[in-house]
Amino acid sequence: MDRMKKKIALAGNPNVGKSTVFNELTGMHQHTGNWPGKTVSNASGICKFRYTDYMIYDLPGTYSLIAHSQEEEVARDFLCFEEQDAVIVVCDAVCLERNLNLVLQTLEITSHVIVCVNLLDEAKKKKIHINLKKLSEKLGVPVVGTSARSKKGLDKLMASVDDVVYQRIKSNPNHLNYQPFLEEAITTVEATLKNFYPIQKTRWLAMQLLDDDIVLKEAVLDQLGQENFNVLEEVIEEARLCIYHNGIQKNHIKDVFVSEIMRVSETICNEVVTYENQEYMEKNIKIDKIITSRKVGIPLMILLLMVVFWITIVGANYPSELLSNWLFGFEDPFFQFLNFLHAPEWLSNMLVFGMYRVLAWVVAVMLPPMAIFFPLFTLLEDLGYLPRVAFNMDHAFKRCSACGKQALTMTMGFGCNAAGVTGCRIIDSPRERFIAILTNNFVPCNGRFPTLIAVLTMFFIGFSSSIGASIISVVLLTIIILLGIAMTLIVSKLLSKTILRGVPSSFTLELPPYRKPQIVKVIVRSIFDRTLFVLGRAISVAAPAGILIWVLANIQIDHVSILTMCSDFLNPFAQTIGLDGVILMAFILGFPANEIVIPLIMMGYMASGTITEYTNLLALKTLLVENGWNWLTALCVMTMCLFHFPCSTTCLTIKKETGSWKWVGLSILIPTIIGLTICFLLTTFTHYFGIV
Amino acid sequence: MYQTLDSLKIGDIAYIEEIRSEGSIRRRLLDIGLTPGCKVKCVLKSPSGDPSAYLIRGAFIAIRKEDATAIIIKGVEQNG
Repeated sequence: MDRMKKKIALAGNPNVGKSTVFNELTGMHQHTGNWPGKTVSNASGICKFRYTDYMIYDLPGTYSLIAHSQEEEVARDFLCFEEQDAVIVVCDAVCLERNLNLVLQTLEITSHVIVCVNLLDEAKKKKIHINLKKLSEKLGVPVVGTSARSKKGLDKLMASVDDVVYQRIKSNPNHLNYQPFLEEAITTVEATLKNFYPIQKTRWLAMQLLDDDIVLKEAVLDQLGQENFNVLEEVIEEARLCIYHNGIQKNHIKDVFVSEIMRVSETICNEVVTYENQEYMEKNIKIDKIITSRKVGIPLMILLLMVVFWITIVGANYPSELLSNWLFGFEDPFFQFLNFLHAPEWLSNMLVFGMYRVLAWVVAVMLPPMAIFFPLFTLLEDLGYLPRVAFNMDHAFKRCSACGKQALTMTMGFGCNAAGVTGCRIIDSPRERFIAILTNNFVPCNGRFPTLIAVLTMFFIGFSSSIGASIISVVLLTIIILLGIAMTLIVSKLLSKTILRGVPSSFTLELPPYRKPQIVKVIVRSIFDRTLFVLGRAISVAAPAGILIWVLANIQIDHVSILTMCSDFLNPFAQTIGLDGVILMAFILGFPANEIVIPLIMMGYMASGTITEYTNLLALKTLLVENGWNWLTALCVMTMCLFHFPCSTTCLTIKKETGSWKWVGLSILIPTIIGLTICFLLTTFTHYFGIV
Repeated sequence: MYQTLDSLKIGDIAYIEEIRSEGSIRRRLLDIGLTPGCKVKCVLKSPSGDPSAYLIRGAFIAIRKEDATAIIIKGVEQNG
């Protein structure tokens, strides 16, 4: 027998564990938490229950269905214009009242709603009791309590979904009743809408159109065509005028709707929620008071950053060496295997000494730090610390006419700048979003950390493996990061004084309660979702780049390789900024992935035209010094590493997010010019004073 | 003389009288449940004193000083 197929939408406020519910239902491993962009494009998965395959669509977390950010638009459009068999609205048991806002709004769109009161375990800990049965009676739809993180109640949730879809339960939502003149206005507009839309969902649409939702109007105009739309608009205007005559300002119609919804939420909550302990939030507040205090707030942030770096650097050292020995050990067998296949020698050389060596380097150098860094970061995120960073930093961003949430997108940039750029969707104001996108590259991503750390270690710290040395390297690295952050603020300010002129817009930020992170899950998820994803991308560009560099280094014209010709060409310019032709060439060829800059430099220096045996950093330093590196070169390389054009993936993401190559061009030019200028000044000064 | 939300000190409780902001922030505030009559408690100030975080319908929400000055409050209970 063919299984039935049904569509279910999953809606909910941000930070209510909606993605956890989704993951548990569909068995998918979507990362939970506020890494936006993950859910913005409607993730979907299948949940098999009884005789039906339920296709579950995970909508972005929204406070309401009155859209004003991209994410809310996605959720609203999905619920309003797509047909689905039922909607699950996930609520946070801890602040049910606010969450009911979305439930009641959804009920205005469709009656096929199942309310999932999640985080019941958290509520229990905080001694909040919710009478689910009574809530269900009040709302007129099924209510199921769940604790998705410990998989409790999800079967019951799906049973209710099944019941609603097959109408074993007849939902009977209590519609909200606004003042008679408003109801009349809604009915009038709805009557006209019904001529054009076959769907049942005209009530909400009518309410939004009365509120003069411009984006929605455009969507409706698209769907109806100009002629029909004109008819509709006339009806709407008349209705709005009628409301105006009843004493409500035209731009405050929404207030009346929302106030009524909130009033009903409040009444319902007063009846179904009991707080055994009113002061349940005190502990949270106590922690927050310290974390956001004048004395501790900012230093604690920097300290945490340093701890994360320290664990990453120290922890990655040994595995990195092990991994590189192991990977380079395959070189000979690989070469012999190719010989065994009678591959031509140039091909074997290209594949082994070009492609495989670059690949092995990228994996050995990147995998261990990422496998440590990402989980640590995810832990902080899971704990709820990151919104506090945005809270602490907001003032600085406001002074630069930017948004405090930019701090969140920057923390994402530490992992991957492309992810950071996508993350900028959490910023509502387009102007501030563009500032955040253009400056995201000033925080070094995971692909650039290894370069920074390697150069730091070789030229500024030395090779002792003592704790002291590792602490110095962390302090220096942190100073570099702080430089990047300072540059972010400066450039943000400059942008908002010039091409992105404007005043800081309004800003609200939710500080979700701290939650105990699920350590094992966090580690597994962050390794699979982030680490392997970023590594996979790096590998896919490192392989062709390895081949390309090998070809450039081995094809000779008049006994000079193309690589040498190019680097000779770049050399005079590169010298003025404290680098040399090979380094500059490596940065340019590293455009697809920043991770390969160091291996490219090594390859460029080797007469053989391939990377030498990578034994350790000491050997590398010898090679670099032989090729004329000194501390100024190292400093300039680190500066260029921090301030240069974003990688190709990030550039493509910027194009996607801003919709224009103009912004991509700017995001390439700004950091590159800054980097070149700093390096030029550094070089000129040190040469002038004869320090080097 | 009106009292506005930004005048609350940590621990103070008040009730919303009127929201005078317009445009997107008005919608945003309504979305998080800040409607007339709603109880708010100031719980945190950021290191520089701005923004502040308020307990609004069970959730902590940070609001900047500029935005808070457009929110009229009444019935302030000082606990700070």
